[in-house]
Amino acid sequence: MDLKQYEPIIGMEIHVELATVSKMFCGCKNDPFFAEKPNIHTCPVCLGYPGGLPVANKKAIEWTIKLGFALGCDISELSKFDRKHYFYPDLAKGYQISQYDMPFCKNGKLKTSKGIVRINRVHLEEDTGKLLHQTVEGKKKTLIDFNRSGVPLIEIVTEPDIHSGDQAKEFLKHLHQIIQYLDISSADMEKGSMRLEPNISVRKISKGKDDGIRLLPPYKVEVKNINSFNFVKKAIDFEIERQIEIIEKGEIPSQETRGYNEDKGITFSQRAKEGAVDYRYFPEPDIPPIRLTKKTITELKQTLPELPTDKKNRFIKEYGLADPEAIQIIETRARADYFESCIALCESESKYKAITPKKIANTIINKKVDGTTSSPHDLLEKISIQSESSNVNPEDVAHAISSVLHNQEKAVNDYKNGKVTVVMYLVGQVKRELQGKGDAKAIEEELKRRMNGK
Amino acid sequence: MNLHKLTLKEAIKKLKSKEISHKELYTDVENEIQKKNAELNIYLSLDKEAVSKAEKLLDTPLAGVPIAVKDNFLTKELPTTASSKVLEGFMTPYESTVTERLQKAGGVVIGKTNMDAWAHGSSTETSDFGATKNPRNPKHLPGGSSGGSAAAVAADVCIGALGSETAGSIRQPSSWCGVVGLKPTYGRVPRTGVVAMGSSLDCPGPIGKTVEDTAIVFNAIAGHDKYDSTSADIAPPDLVKNIDKPIKGMKIGMCYLDHPKLKNTKVDEAIQNAGKLFKSLGCSVTHIPLSPQLKNNTILTPDYAISVYTVVQRGEVSSNLARYDGIRFGHDRSFFGAEAKRRIMLGTFTLSKGYADKYYIKAQQVRSLYIANFHQLFQTFDVLISPTSPGFAQELGASEKSPMFGELEDMLLEPSSIAGLPGINVPCYHDTKTNLYLGMNIISDQWQEEKIIRVAHSFEQQTIKE
Repeated sequence: MDLKQYEPIIGMEIHVELATVSKMFCGCKNDPFFAEKPNIHTCPVCLGYPGGLPVANKKAIEWTIKLGFALGCDISELSKFDRKHYFYPDLAKGYQISQYDMPFCKNGKLKTSKGIVRINRVHLEEDTGKLLHQTVEGKKKTLIDFNRSGVPLIEIVTEPDIHSGDQAKEFLKHLHQIIQYLDISSADMEKGSMRLEPNISVRKISKGKDDGIRLLPPYKVEVKNINSFNFVKKAIDFEIERQIEIIEKGEIPSQETRGYNEDKGITFSQRAKEGAVDYRYFPEPDIPPIRLTKKTITELKQTLPELPTDKKNRFIKEYGLADPEAIQIIETRARADYFESCIALCESESKYKAITPKKIANTIINKKVDGTTSSPHDLLEKISIQSESSNVNPEDVAHAISSVLHNQEKAVNDYKNGKVTVVMYLVGQVKRELQGKGDAKAIEEELKRRMNGK
Repeated sequence: MNLHKLTLKEAIKKLKSKEISHKELYTDVENEIQKKNAELNIYLSLDKEAVSKAEKLLDTPLAGVPIAVKDNFLTKELPTTASSKVLEGFMTPYESTVTERLQKAGGVVIGKTNMDAWAHGSSTETSDFGATKNPRNPKHLPGGSSGGSAAAVAADVCIGALGSETAGSIRQPSSWCGVVGLKPTYGRVPRTGVVAMGSSLDCPGPIGKTVEDTAIVFNAIAGHDKYDSTSADIAPPDLVKNIDKPIKGMKIGMCYLDHPKLKNTKVDEAIQNAGKLFKSLGCSVTHIPLSPQLKNNTILTPDYAISVYTVVQRGEVSSNLARYDGIRFGHDRSFFGAEAKRRIMLGTFTLSKGYADKYYIKAQQVRSLYIANFHQLFQTFDVLISPTSPGFAQELGASEKSPMFGELEDMLLEPSSIAGLPGINVPCYHDTKTNLYLGMNIISDQWQEEKIIRVAHSFEQQTIKE
């Protein structure tokens, strides 16, 4: 099996629950994860009672558009909601209010190191309730909790531009980061507030030249309900191999929905898709079409925070960080903000003047500071003490090293006989001679140089 | 004392002046119910405490008058079934906006009235709890779907009533029962808490003994509701205030009389006579020719509206009834009656892949032709008049002979309904032999209820005089 003969074609569907105060179409509290009891955040609208009518949550619409902007989408001046019909006990109305042919955002893109991934659309819909399979009074029962019913849910659909598990993971991590920067969702995958569904198929690369027509394979496999980026990567890698094996046998993998078993690291068939499911979409008659003026759209754009990539580039330019450092500093918005607070403090307090942004960045990275626990002041204080401690007379250091090498004959011999880890013991001894001062890294280097040299 | 025969306006006046007491009024109405309900099958449930509630409401605009309410309005204190066994015994946790407003204005929900199950029909024969009979002549149908409410007004077993209309369900039973029914502009009266049928068409409205009675109830229930996104944020007019203002100079268009179904019929004659009456009141009356195509100064044939309405409404019905799965409330799907099942199946078909463009989308396109047609006509005319129904109330059992019974009976109302326009039925002919009525439908442009109320009121005053 020659993997190079095959090109995986992967598209993603990502669902993200928005962290608005109230639900998508009613005033109920949007708090499905911390509700004390099932079915307490419910009303006639999200329970699908007769006569209940939806009123769209303005904030959720604005947040969808913000995400659209962050993903470089075109924002529609005219959108509407549609009804998507299917039966499931957790779907109160027998239809989900979603968006069919006029989503709020279209035609975006997000860069990965292996190419651009085009975003087909970002639309807004509502979440369903949740089924709980429990034993009640000795009998197996299925219960329904509607606390989640009607929670605003964004769906992001990509074009099939992803070609490996690694690329999918990188894409998702970047998307996750953007969502956190926008502060529109907890995007907590453990709880299911961000849900990932890759569509995977594999096409054989024809031997001849690329004829310009890139037909999609005649099938696709959807893997549902994966709750981590790593599992997405593993599921994709597994699927690619599985599908190639089938194709090698001259067969076509079946169009189906599969699940992912985290323990075994395999996917398994859940249900075959016999043709397309007919959701009988039609425009939601209870909500008039939504028109956004150019002015509203422009104003929304102005509320966007600085996004991760922009922040990274600015940190490199403004503070002289290296690319890998900048990437780590901007990992979360909290961390990036913390970094900049430290720099601001350096500029305002003369005693920290000598500390460079690079030093701050490295300390944040090495000490794994997330920006939420210690204050910028604490960090700068720590750095100044450290730098003071490294301000030791080089002659004293040289003297201490010589002294230790002389006194610790056994350790030196051990090192020379290959037990190289003993060097850390020697560093400790030198530091002791210097009463804790000195730069451990430099001492270690000097010790090694002298022991290797002799 | 025959207090049940009082109009809403008279009852309020007599209660306020203490000429009569609530107890006297309610005793007469309840006696009438006792006498008639078993035969006519108007009420599905009754509030035994109604009079004690009414007594506390003397200082309100409606002073505690008893109002019959169609059983698709959600009411906390009485079951709401929409005349379907699926919802038999269903008690809702919340009140519809309209009945809440009605009660706040001093109306008392005396009982819930029978209807076509889920409002599917124009006969009240599709009710899972038996047909209602026409009080004017019990061998005949009351029409529907608000047949119970129209019959309640005609039988004097209430002082006023609430109905709801998707395309004809207020006006057609009002026509058949010889009472007044006002269908407001779509979006004028909120749908919150009304069992949905065709969501893009549904419209609650009053049924009354006189035009002014419907205006009084309209004033109590109209206006924006933030819980209904399709309710318009426009202040409603006070329909009572200018009701007596002369209609001299109004431009009236007469429609549909050249339709093959109406030519030389009794209803043609009745509307022609109405036209003459309006002329004598100083209005200009013009016959608007029927046209198979969209053409200026003609009226588009109502024939297409039957298809448009059927497709749009069935599609929405199939969607709106999906929630009745018996899991959270009510009974399961096996309790649906034959008509509901037919509509769910047809609607599911017209919305299905490959067919939605052919049916639902196409219907919406034709719908916009009707809107354009009316828009053009209302540049010239203040109101348009036509028959409400092609004829008199049909005999019991008639609806069972045709699955398209309602659509045909309501064909003259469907064009304006799918355009969201307001309309009112006012009785225009009484056959003394059968004791049955014909009705005239008066429509105006969106939000112009004041015009149709004034025209209907003038007509009513003249015909009462005669």
